[in-house]
Amino acid sequence: MKAERAGTKRDGRWLGLYVLAYLVFLYLPVLLIPLFSFNDSIQAAFPLQGFTLQWYQTLYSNPALSGALVNSLVIATVAASGATLCGITVSYMDLYGRSPLAATISGIARLPILIPGVIVGISLLILINLIGLGPSRVAIVLGHILVALPTTVVVMRSRFAAIPRTVREAALDLGASDWTTFRRVMLPLSLPAVLSAFMLAFLISFDEFIVVFFLAGTDPTLPLYIWSQLRFPRSLPTVMALGTVILATSFIIAGTAEILRHRGLGAARRNPA
Amino acid sequence: MSTLVAAQAPEARSSSGFRLAMLLPGGLVTFLLILFALGLVLFLAFRGNDGSLLGVGLTVDNFVTVATDPLYWTVTLRSLVIAGLVTLATVVTAYPVAYYLAFHAGRRRGLLLFLVTLPFWTSYLLRVFAWKIVLAYNGVLNSALIESGIWSEPTLAFLNTPAAVVVTLAHAYAPFAILPIYVALDTIPKSLLEAASDLGARPFTAFRRVVLPNSMPGVLAAALVVFVPTVGDYVTPAMVGGPASTMIGTLIQSQFGKANDWPFGAALSVCVMLVILAVVLVARSADRRFGSRT
Repeated sequence: MKAERAGTKRDGRWLGLYVLAYLVFLYLPVLLIPLFSFNDSIQAAFPLQGFTLQWYQTLYSNPALSGALVNSLVIATVAASGATLCGITVSYMDLYGRSPLAATISGIARLPILIPGVIVGISLLILINLIGLGPSRVAIVLGHILVALPTTVVVMRSRFAAIPRTVREAALDLGASDWTTFRRVMLPLSLPAVLSAFMLAFLISFDEFIVVFFLAGTDPTLPLYIWSQLRFPRSLPTVMALGTVILATSFIIAGTAEILRHRGLGAARRNPA
Repeated sequence: MSTLVAAQAPEARSSSGFRLAMLLPGGLVTFLLILFALGLVLFLAFRGNDGSLLGVGLTVDNFVTVATDPLYWTVTLRSLVIAGLVTLATVVTAYPVAYYLAFHAGRRRGLLLFLVTLPFWTSYLLRVFAWKIVLAYNGVLNSALIESGIWSEPTLAFLNTPAAVVVTLAHAYAPFAILPIYVALDTIPKSLLEAASDLGARPFTAFRRVVLPNSMPGVLAAALVVFVPTVGDYVTPAMVGGPASTMIGTLIQSQFGKANDWPFGAALSVCVMLVILAVVLVARSADRRFGSRT
């Protein structure tokens, strides 16, 4: 028993080194982008040239970029709201609705994970053209609701499932209607998860490219703008400066979502009744 | 799960208004956007191309072309091989990370889980672009090799190869693989491992006979979430792949763009979905086999 324990500890150390190497593999390429965004050269290559902020300055007064940024922010906000609303209702009805319809909806809502982005994109492209909408911001919002839906459903489902069933039953037994129970009891209890689902959906929409490629009309989103700039070697340093800003913002939002999710789950465990 | 819910829930007093309001948003999105849109793709795949939105007539010509033109076979096969390699590489490299998280991480577990999933929340486009910086002719890898004296001249051998596509995608989808495997490993009761060692199993035997089979549902889930987006990807092949690594996603995309043959693009999409369906069914049956063992 003792020898076995020692063995696992040694294994743990080797595995720990492996995990460290894996994290380097994960982060090294990504961190090259901020590194070269301060480099005074068009080429992204070693050795580094001087330190400069000029690429950030070119970001600052760029109407095409700020247009794309505003577009992305608006679309991500609307799409994340829609996806979160659907995530809340779909998972709530799936867990408490007791109807085959609710279970079916929940099943289909998680389906987009099993559809490659290119197919989600073209199927929506056909649909929006058929109903006469055409490529537009509304189309992008619909596409992003679809892409973010599995995530919001999964986040909300696990949160609702973590709330003891007795809480809801008590509310119903005390005479609260379904509406009141949902609005005054279940929703406040799952608020951290709602915020977390919203933020994750926001990030997914904000970064999404494969689907949006088919649905965008005349106003590009930020990823589409980046894609259009990647063709020109001269604009690559500016793309890296932009990328750095996006990386930093995404890291902050993802971190906040993670903290909220933990706080929510912790509260559910500490405070079962 | 759902049977439990049905058994325990109190007598439903849901007003129909409540049910309608709660089912409506999700119902609209799932039925209209997902099922109807996919149905349209299926319908379009059996139409001829006359330049109009929904095509003309009813035909299987599109599928005949896919089945008989060697170009599509080559590209489909290549997509499957590349997606398969990406899946294999991602799952094999992710497994030890998930194992460490489940059995050794201790108090650092939360932080490590966060660090491992964080890259997923940053732009996919930027991660692919980062690999382009690494692999390019005057890129980081080449310049580092020359600076350090290992290489005397930059090589073209890194960028625009199928290997570049595999590495880039394995990097992009790493968090997808780690999470499901970790979840599966984490649900294995520690007492099972103690029982194995008490019964005289060496650590490796215990791993092979107890841990690995019990984690297979997670491995299969991981393989699926890596394989599905990879097989239809068209961004990475375009950015780091070069012409020798054109994948089926690129062909689909060009049918809806340059080639302007939507019915044919729809038929290609249906074929991709059939392949994925087959993979899902195989994974499901494998999952059931492992599930019945525990």
